[in-house]
Amino acid sequence: MPAIITEGLTKVYGSSSGEVRALDGLDLQLEQGTVLGLLGPNGAGKTTTVRVLATLLRPDAGWARVLGLDVVRDAQALRHRIGLSGQYAAVDENLTGRENLWMFARLYQMPSSTAHQRAGELLEQFDLVEAGDRVAKTYSGGMRRRLDLASALIGRPELLFLDEPTTGLDPRSRLQMWQVIRELVSAGSTLLLTTQYLEEADELADTIGVVDHGRIIASGTADQLKAQVGGERVEVVVRDPDRLAAARDVVAGLCDGEISVQEHVRRVTAPTRGGAGQLVRVIRALDDAGIGIDDIGLRRPTLDDVFLSLTGHSAQQTPDDEPDEPDTETPIPAGRNA
Amino acid sequence: MTVTADRTASRPGGVLSDSLVVTWRTLKRIPRIPELALFAILQSIMFVLLFAYVFGGAIQIEGGAQAYREFLMPGIFAQTIAFASATVAIGVTDDMAKGIVDRFRSLPMARSAYLTGRTVSEIIYQAGILVVLMLTGLAVGWRVRGGFVDFLLGVGLLLLFTYAMAWIGVWLGQLVRTVEVGQQVSFTVVFPITFVSNVFVPPDSLPAVLQPIAEWNPVSTLASATRDLWGNPNPYVSADGFPAQHPALLTVLWMVAIIAVFAPLGVARYRRTSR
Repeated sequence: MPAIITEGLTKVYGSSSGEVRALDGLDLQLEQGTVLGLLGPNGAGKTTTVRVLATLLRPDAGWARVLGLDVVRDAQALRHRIGLSGQYAAVDENLTGRENLWMFARLYQMPSSTAHQRAGELLEQFDLVEAGDRVAKTYSGGMRRRLDLASALIGRPELLFLDEPTTGLDPRSRLQMWQVIRELVSAGSTLLLTTQYLEEADELADTIGVVDHGRIIASGTADQLKAQVGGERVEVVVRDPDRLAAARDVVAGLCDGEISVQEHVRRVTAPTRGGAGQLVRVIRALDDAGIGIDDIGLRRPTLDDVFLSLTGHSAQQTPDDEPDEPDTETPIPAGRNA
Repeated sequence: MTVTADRTASRPGGVLSDSLVVTWRTLKRIPRIPELALFAILQSIMFVLLFAYVFGGAIQIEGGAQAYREFLMPGIFAQTIAFASATVAIGVTDDMAKGIVDRFRSLPMARSAYLTGRTVSEIIYQAGILVVLMLTGLAVGWRVRGGFVDFLLGVGLLLLFTYAMAWIGVWLGQLVRTVEVGQQVSFTVVFPITFVSNVFVPPDSLPAVLQPIAEWNPVSTLASATRDLWGNPNPYVSADGFPAQHPALLTVLWMVAIIAVFAPLGVARYRRTSR
């Protein structure tokens, strides 16, 4: 039995400027003991998906079974068996770390003494023992996320939802968080995580579902997705920004496929099948044209290339016509994105 | 699958203990953010001082300044408690904006526990504030002249009224998205209600159009009822009309009506997870 299976999940928000289809027939499946990364830009429907699967939101159409339970009909039974952590499910900043964990454990229906014990275990596991008796308000962003994740694990959930677990964290805290998540994964947790960061999905997920406009537009392992957009790319960083267009023309003469130019980093990227020989030819041609090069190389496609080729826009940028998640759904948690 | 269904928190014990946990959590924030309680108390003390010593001289009631202060204090208590709606509204908005409500919703806890805990903890919180205000009142010359049972009845009315106000706050708090807006809305609604009343001035000194509002206003009937119970001056007992004759009865009716309207509204809003 898959841990998650959904079919045609649809969620529509009414708003003054017309309706927004946050989910538009989303189908996905997650096997027990694996990690699924939902990857997409802001407003793609990732958070709405998590909210539906974690019983916070009713779908307007379609169905979802999580751990064999219907997310609408069996919601309360399901809540015993899942954990949720992320940008929406927060901790109480006026309670200490220990008090937060005790409270959530009590609300998971544990007796008070068991709740105390569980809080202690989790503080230990997440390296929060020293900070355990300080109010959460005083925690750093990374500590708060760890407490948040610990809160999600109180009931020893069979399935864990992590909604953008590292958004807003500094690079060091992000690496720490990845380490914590990897430990959970190696202990056999089943996990659904959402992210806007391509490398994060690549790093943590077994399979990746690319979400755009409320649908899964592609799925597979990172390697499968990369294979979908072809092989290697030749990437040139031009020294003089004024020669960028000339460099593009040179590269276009030698490679086929879509060529992308990123002006702010003076970079030209093009797919190639010619390997190292092709690289040499590009270097020669650029040299003949008198175009200075800061950097050049062959690289395998990144997930950003995947997104670009699947949707026509980069994962990091949202097209103007695409609404963000409706405002009623996105109260910016004060102080959590800082 | 069916085994876990048995563990759901719909059993009565679960509702009670979950509500207590939420009450505990809500009360915990008082010592953690002492400014909140401090300024709630200071605001009320400011009203006591302003009206007892600054405006009071201009307000004529039989018995002079001492009588006015005795008249004033039950009004201040009623006004303070009307602001319970604002406290709860701001707290609920804050919990929603910060994601605590979503966390609670994702837990296998009783669905009613959050709102029950929120409203019940408000009674305890306001009871504490009331004690401080009563001591302030004693200091400026307010006295309880009725019997002990009547005193307790007055306190009971005030605390029940807190509960009714808390339900307005629960509903209001879910309507607005940010704490700042919640604050504005609450104060814009609550201030006029407490001023177009008999809290500070005899209603017959108000413009004729406002007089009926001031008479039927629940804040007025609460103030009148406690004045009667505590033997404090109440210049309108002799007046005709239902509100002047039966302030306690009317207050109870108000509370029942408010809870009957706002509790279902607040609960429905909370249950509508498909916001």
